[in-house]
Amino acid sequence: MSHLRPLHLAAEIGGPPRYDPAHYTGLARLAERGALDFVTLGDSFARPGPDALAVLSRVAPDTRRIGLVPTVTTTHTEPFHVSSAVATLDWVSGGRAGWCVDVSTTAAEARLFGRRPAAPAAELWREAGEAADVGARLWDSWEDDAEIRDAATGRFLDRDKLHHTDFEGTAFGVRGPAVVPRPPQGRPVTVIDGTADAARETAARHADVVLVRATTPERTAEIRDDVHRRAAAHGRAPGTLRVLAALTVDLGDAESAPEPGLESGPPLAGHGTYYRGGPVDLADLITQWHRTGAVDGFHLTPITPGRDLERIVNGTVALLQHRSLFRTFHPGGTLREHLGLARPANRYARQGARV
Amino acid sequence: MTAAPKQLHLAAHFPDANNTTVWDDPRSGSQIEFSSFEHLARKAERGLFDFFLLAEGLRLREHNGLIHELDVAGRPESLTVLAALAAVTDRLGLAATVSATFNEPCELARRLATLDHLSSGRAAWNVTTSSDALTGENFRRGGYLDPADRYTRAAEFVATARELWDSWTPDGTPRPFAHHGRHFSIEGEFTVPRSPQGHPVVIQTGDSPEGREFAASAADIVFTRHGTPEAGRAFCADVKGRLAKYGREPDDLKIMPGVAVVLGDNDAEARERAAGIRLQQVSPQNAIVALERVWGRDLSSYDPDGPLPVSDPEPASAPSRGRVRHGDSRAVAARWRELSREKGLSIRQTVIEATGRPAFVGSPRAVAAEMAEFVATGAADGFVLVPHLIPGGLDDFVDQVVPLLQERGVFRSAYTGSTLRSHLGIAEPVWKG
Repeated sequence: MSHLRPLHLAAEIGGPPRYDPAHYTGLARLAERGALDFVTLGDSFARPGPDALAVLSRVAPDTRRIGLVPTVTTTHTEPFHVSSAVATLDWVSGGRAGWCVDVSTTAAEARLFGRRPAAPAAELWREAGEAADVGARLWDSWEDDAEIRDAATGRFLDRDKLHHTDFEGTAFGVRGPAVVPRPPQGRPVTVIDGTADAARETAARHADVVLVRATTPERTAEIRDDVHRRAAAHGRAPGTLRVLAALTVDLGDAESAPEPGLESGPPLAGHGTYYRGGPVDLADLITQWHRTGAVDGFHLTPITPGRDLERIVNGTVALLQHRSLFRTFHPGGTLREHLGLARPANRYARQGARV
Repeated sequence: MTAAPKQLHLAAHFPDANNTTVWDDPRSGSQIEFSSFEHLARKAERGLFDFFLLAEGLRLREHNGLIHELDVAGRPESLTVLAALAAVTDRLGLAATVSATFNEPCELARRLATLDHLSSGRAAWNVTTSSDALTGENFRRGGYLDPADRYTRAAEFVATARELWDSWTPDGTPRPFAHHGRHFSIEGEFTVPRSPQGHPVVIQTGDSPEGREFAASAADIVFTRHGTPEAGRAFCADVKGRLAKYGREPDDLKIMPGVAVVLGDNDAEARERAAGIRLQQVSPQNAIVALERVWGRDLSSYDPDGPLPVSDPEPASAPSRGRVRHGDSRAVAARWRELSREKGLSIRQTVIEATGRPAFVGSPRAVAAEMAEFVATGAADGFVLVPHLIPGGLDDFVDQVVPLLQERGVFRSAYTGSTLRSHLGIAEPVWKG
C-alpha cells in the first residue's frame, strides 16, 4: 500500500579497462539483470576514454531491455551530428537511447578544437539548452508516418510530413529537417545534472531525467522543488520529470560497513555525493530517501564498477526487490517505458492538426 | 609453376538513399531498422568480404524548392550503426562515410579510433567533402567552402587525424600533440590510445584531379565509378602512377569501383531482369526530375515516354539541391540528346541509359569470369557491390558467385586475419611518434 511513486535506478559503467567492449557489455548485462532503468557512460574530451555513444551502440545488440545513456557534450560538437547520432542509438537499440547532456568548460578542451576560447559555464549551458532544443525539433522533423511508399504516385515520402526546423540560436543555426527518421521513442530521453546553478535552468527546461547531487534528502528535495518550479514556468508538468539522486558508491567487501555514510564533495574523480557502506546499508539509504518522497530514484556511480555493480545488483537491488520497492523485470521495452514517461507527441503533427 | 592469379577484393555498400534502391518491390524492407543492416553485414561476412560501407546524409535533397519525395530518403548515422554492427560481426571491415568539411579532427579521429577499438581493428573512414551551401545550413560554420579548399581542408584533416592516432606511443602512453596549419590549429592530449590497426583504413571517393591526388597521397582504398574495363584501366594507371612520388607502391592503394550485379539462370534472363530493375529505379516521375536537374526548369508537362526537349538548359539554374550536380548542364544535355537520337530513346529510356551504374549482368559463372578478368587485366583491384534491395540484395551473389570466384582461385576461401588491413593486404602504418 505504498503511495510512493515507482523507484528508478541507474548506474554508471565507466572505468578501466576503457577500450575493451566486453567490459561494457558485461556491466550493461549485469545492470539489465537487475532490471535497472538505464546505464550511463561518462565522456569528456579532457581525459582518456573512448567515445561513449559509440561504446553504448556497440553494447546495444548484446542487450535487450536496459536503457543506454552516453554523455554527449554540446560545446565543441555539431548539434546536427549529435541529434543524428542519438537518434541512431535509439534505432539500433530499439528505443532504449538517452543522452546525458554536458558542456566542456576547460581551456584544454577548447584548444583541442581551436575554434573558440573557453567560455563561462552559464553561457555553455545556455548553448547546451539550444542543442537540446534543436535536437528535439530535429527528432520531430519527420512525422511518424512520413514514409508512405506510395507506389501509385511513385512517392516514397510525404513531404507534408517533413518539417524544416529553421532553428536560429545564439551560437548556431540548423535548417533541418533531420536525415534520420523520427526515432522509436519519438525523442530519446534527455538527462541533465541539474545540481549546479549554471545547469539548472537548462535541466528544468529540457531534461526528462534530472540528476541531483546532495548529501541529505532535505537538500535534494529543495533542488527538486526548484527544478519543478522552473519546469512549470516553461509550461512543463513537473510529473513528466524524473529526479534522481546521484551517488558515487564504494560498497567495500562486507554486507554492512561499520559506519556507513555520505560525504559531501567528491574525494575521487567520480561525480555525485560519495557514499561508503555495504550493499545492505545502501538499500536502507535508498529506502529512506525514497520514502521521504525527495527523489524518484538513484543514479549510482560505482567506484570500482566490476566489483561494486555486482554488489549493487546482487545485494542492494535484490534487497529492494525483496522489499517490493523495486521491480524484478522490465515490463516494457523502451527506456521511456521503464521511466514511466509517455512517448512525446510530435510538435509539428500537433500544429497540423490544429489548422 | 605458374604464379597464383591476382586476388580480388570485395566490399558491399548499403544502398544510397536515392534511386539505387528499389523500394516498391515486395521483398524490399526497411532502410533504417537495424535488422536490415545486420542482415546485409552478416551476409557480406559470410561471403568473406573485406568491408561493409555506409554512406552519409547531411541534408535531404530538394527539388524545385521542395523536399524530394520520390526516392528512399532517411538513414541512420554511419559510425553509430557500425559500432552496433561490430557486435554482430567478427571479421568484416566497417567503413563509415564522414565528411571532412563538416567535422573537426579531434572529435572525428576519436570516433574512428573508438570504432577501431570496439571492432578489434576493422574500422575505415571514407573521406568525402562538400562544397554545398545547402548542407552547410545545418552546421555551425555553415555556408560555402570554396571548391579548392574542400581538398586542402580534407588533406589537412586526414594528416591531422594521423597525427592524433600517432600521439600515443605503441606501449600506451599519451603524449601531447600540437598541429598548427592552415585549417586547424589545435593542441592537447588525444583521449584514445593507438588503435588495433594503428590507423583506421582511409577510403577516398570522388574523381576530380584533386581527388585523385589526394587518394594517391593519403588513401588506402579508392571507391570509384569507373566500371568499364577501358575506363577502369585508364583510372588505375593514372592514380597508381601518382603513388611513386609519395614513396608508395602500386599495391598500397586498392581501387574498387562501385558496381551492381544482376544474376539470372542464363545471360538472357539476367539482362531481362536488369532492364526490369532499371525501370523500377527510374520511374516516369523520376525520369522527369532527372531531366529537370539537367535542364534547370519545370518539365512536368513532358511525357516521360516522349522525346527530350530540343531547347538548351537554362544557364546557372539549380532546381535540384542536396547532391553533386552535373558539371556543365549544356554538355550533359547535348550528350543525352545525342544518345536519344542515336538509339531512338524516350526521356525515360535516355535517363535509364545515361544514369546507370556499371553492372555485371549474367549467369553466376559469366559474372565470376568477367570479374576475374577485370582484375587480372588491371582495371580494378576489386569491387564494391551496391545491391538494389534491402535487406536481401547480397544473398544471391554470396551464395552463387563467391563459390565460383573461389573455385577460380581469385578470392579467399577463409579470412586469414582479423583486421581490415589484413584482408586488404596493406601494412599497418609506421608509428611516427
